Amino acid sequence: MNLNLDFATIFERWPAFLQGALLTLQLAFIATALGTVIGVLGAIGRRSSHPIVARICGIYVEVIRNTPLLVQIFLVYFGLASLGLKFSAFAVAAAALTINVGAYTTEIIRAGFDSIPRGQIEAAEGLALSRAQIYWYVVMWPAIEKVYPSLTSQFVLLMLASSVTSQISAEELTAVANYIQSDTYRAFETYILVAIVYIILSLVMRAGFWLLGLVIFPRRRRLGTPL
Amino acid sequence: MHKITRTDTASSVVGLSNVHKSFGALKVLNGVSFEVNRGEVLVLIGRSGSGKSTALRCIDRFETIDSGEIVVCGHRVSDPKLNLRALRQDVGIVFQSYNLFPHLTIEENITLAPCSVKGISKAQAKEQARRVLAQVGLEDKLHQYPEQLSGGQQQRAAIARSLAMQPKVMLFDEVTSALDPELTGEVLKVIEALAADGMTMVMVTHEMGFARGIANRVVFMHHGKVHETGPAAILTSPATPELAQFVGTGL
Ligand SMILES: Nc1ncnc2c1ncn2[C@@H]1O[C@H](COP(=O)(O)OP(=O)(O)OP(=O)(O)O)[C@@H](O)[C@H]1O
Ligand SMILES: [Mg+2]
Repeated sequence: MNLNLDFATIFERWPAFLQGALLTLQLAFIATALGTVIGVLGAIGRRSSHPIVARICGIYVEVIRNTPLLVQIFLVYFGLASLGLKFSAFAVAAAALTINVGAYTTEIIRAGFDSIPRGQIEAAEGLALSRAQIYWYVVMWPAIEKVYPSLTSQFVLLMLASSVTSQISAEELTAVANYIQSDTYRAFETYILVAIVYIILSLVMRAGFWLLGLVIFPRRRRLGTPL
Repeated sequence: MHKITRTDTASSVVGLSNVHKSFGALKVLNGVSFEVNRGEVLVLIGRSGSGKSTALRCIDRFETIDSGEIVVCGHRVSDPKLNLRALRQDVGIVFQSYNLFPHLTIEENITLAPCSVKGISKAQAKEQARRVLAQVGLEDKLHQYPEQLSGGQQQRAAIARSLAMQPKVMLFDEVTSALDPELTGEVLKVIEALAADGMTMVMVTHEMGFARGIANRVVFMHHGKVHETGPAAILTSPATPELAQFVGTGL
């Protein structure tokens, strides 16, 4: 057995890797931001006293959680195409990832909402706050603080899963790697390097979420105790 | 038994007349009537399950009633078209489990409603937070979080939070029941000071000594009815055997 690794030819392509990594981060950022919005709205919808709204949100979550991401991506990709709409592969990938992670965040945030004691909400009602104000000030912030670790793990998972969008030729990190390895015939080296870049991206994201947590949860920052 | 003839007199702050309320098959309030005038302290007592909390919660429309009438500060609480948030601006309620918002400082807990409901400025609200906290003896806790306070301090902060909305009547539901005896006193002192200031109050309590001292009127609930009512003196010389037995065991 003779393992002959040649990283030099791979390292030469670093600008392409960097491009791919940045695109992966962009996808992750867009899907995290929009997915959070969808998650909050979806969680409110699932808890709605309006049965149709609650039902629609429930179906959305179940459909997404019970189908493969790749199939969801193809559905968005070919669905838009069959409607005669032309979007870039990046836009389609961002949309599909957002729809996907939105369902998972809906469930996570809903669990957070459900963990807010009834008494907190009654106290807020007793102070004459409106429903929207109660959701915003009394339910959402502590709920998100409670589920923040699950939420951020989900977003890191999503970043890793975004490699699947290489299938519709979004030019993210894995697609770049696929191209480089077929060009250089150095497949093993390429994917070792790609794995390392993904690890770095994960660490970057975790550090980012940690910093964000310090900013948006002042109580946590000051006391360090879980809510 | 106490009979309400008018619930809309100028000095009547809370009036219940012939209120009925069931949870499913369980009849909890079975024709309850009482009235609280401005500046009065009404104490609700009775065995566990007699409907005290339910009666109190109906006043602030945390429960809807099946029949009868409730008028609070001119709001017809039993009216389906009630302006709920207007009612709740006039009524302050404090629960047994303080229910401070854990992610907000004491100051933020207190300023939240005045700022977002009444729309007063941040600066004004902070000024007021300082004032109500001084009233309950916690001016040094402004920037602490609820978990940094003892139970008694949290309950006093919860009272301050209600006071910041400048309610016309305060409702207290067993606000000292979750507290150790030595912490109970500090909360009761705050309530006594409020009463002395002329705040109209309806409170549920098991502290009979306290009730005797503070009540203008006592309502003894039994099987969903006002079984006996009168001045604080009825606690020492009850007219009905049920109240006699209750204060006998309750003391
Ligand atoms: N939301 C509810 N659903 C069903 N039953 C309820 C509800 N709230 C109260 N009850 C029942 O109504 C009865 C009266 O309850 P309530 O809380 O008013 O009693 P209480 O006099 O305050 O008792 P305690 O001294 O134990 O607090 C009890 O039997 C209780 O189990
Ligand atoms: Mg009770």
